[in-house]
Amino acid sequence: MKSILNQQQIGLTVNRLAHQVMENHVHLKNTVLIGIQPRGVALSDRIVADIRKGMEDQEIEYGKLDITFYRDDLGKELHVPNATDILFSIEGKNVVLIDDVLYTGRTIRAALDALMDFGRPAKVELLVLIDRRYNRELPIQPDYTGRTIDSIVTQKVKVFWKEKDGKDEVILLD
Amino acid sequence: MALSTRHLLGIKDLIPEDIQLILDTAKQFKEVLQRPIKKVPSLRDVTIVNLFYENSTRTRISFELAEKRLSADTINFSASGSSVSKGETLLDTVNNILSMKVDMVVMRHSASGAPHFLAKHIPAAIINAGDGVNEHPTQALLDAFSILEKTGSLKGARIALIGDIMHSRVAQSNIYLLTKMGAEVTVCGPPTLIPKYIDQAFNVHVEYDLKKALEWCDVANVLRIQLERQNTVLFSSLREYNLVYGISKKLLQSLKKEITIMHPGPINRGVELDSDVADGKQSIILQQVENGVAVRMAVLYLLAGERNSY
Repeated sequence: MKSILNQQQIGLTVNRLAHQVMENHVHLKNTVLIGIQPRGVALSDRIVADIRKGMEDQEIEYGKLDITFYRDDLGKELHVPNATDILFSIEGKNVVLIDDVLYTGRTIRAALDALMDFGRPAKVELLVLIDRRYNRELPIQPDYTGRTIDSIVTQKVKVFWKEKDGKDEVILLD
Repeated sequence: MALSTRHLLGIKDLIPEDIQLILDTAKQFKEVLQRPIKKVPSLRDVTIVNLFYENSTRTRISFELAEKRLSADTINFSASGSSVSKGETLLDTVNNILSMKVDMVVMRHSASGAPHFLAKHIPAAIINAGDGVNEHPTQALLDAFSILEKTGSLKGARIALIGDIMHSRVAQSNIYLLTKMGAEVTVCGPPTLIPKYIDQAFNVHVEYDLKKALEWCDVANVLRIQLERQNTVLFSSLREYNLVYGISKKLLQSLKKEITIMHPGPINRGVELDSDVADGKQSIILQQVENGVAVRMAVLYLLAGERNSY
């Protein structure tokens, strides 16, 4: 087991990611943030809180997306869905998709398909806390990355959030 | 997490966790039905046959829509106009359909136990869409989902089932489901339409006085008088039934609190429900129909899992 990010590092990294989003989206009125259920939401909650603090004068639309019904492995295993909560139109908007770990890219593929059923966004960007860069099975890359790590398939990345798991930490399990 | 059963033959076979899982999943599908594109690709690789040996409007359309919203391929079969009239047996009919690579069977039949019989003989997942006077599980699930939306909890909710309890598969499925989930159930109707000993067999209260039953309950689920299943005369006339057991606006207004009115449809207007009650603000009959699609999507989705296993 190896620690990748400790509590302080997670705080700094999330803060940086929030600032990078603000830098690229000066006018947030055309931007929406969407966290992917279930594990991306803890990250997106914090990013959104940071942005709201940083740009108090602007309103920002924030939603949650569950991709269960769009998975490509439904015939293999049953997955129980979480809530989707997108109470605004994404038509013509710049969407920032947020997830904790980018691994094979299949979750993001499903999320893109799901997103398109809500409308036609002008642009979609991807923000992740951890990018496992050598494990991609689809041509998908992040626009904002917390930390890039080199890992092999047998290893597992676990992200703990204080709100859910009692502590902030990212670890690599062999 | 998965259902404890491969088929949905009746609520009788489900454990409370199954019911909860179906209702929770249905909630997510209800959200899907509010989206601009009300369709998900979950069952793209699944083919479903809707086998209707008995007439149906709501259930059939609801299942078909649920299947289409899940991107499944569907075939519709009705006994009239098929080779059933040439004498083909149920098992032969189904085996012929299955040999064309069909994964799931949604089935309605006038004989109680027909889907249970099929489940013993064929490998496909079977969903009972109503069998004779036995069960109509998806109706009970959508009723529970609608009650849950209205009251917030099934535990401790007071539900009155009113009317033809004897011939109603909706009543039987509702009783199984509601008692399993901790709701209190009273059945109310003329003594000839309520089975003897039902209170001991099912842990429900029996009340012959309609007004008392309505005063007691939070939700009244009013059942249709099933004239097609009544072989002997069980009450003297529809007019008399309406006078004693029909729900009128006047009766509702005389109650101390506002109760919710449900009906599985089709309604005999002016018999068990007066029109101004069926269309009134206390009625959630059309919401029940809307919820039916989400609940059936949940059932199909949960039963289609691990489909490469046979």
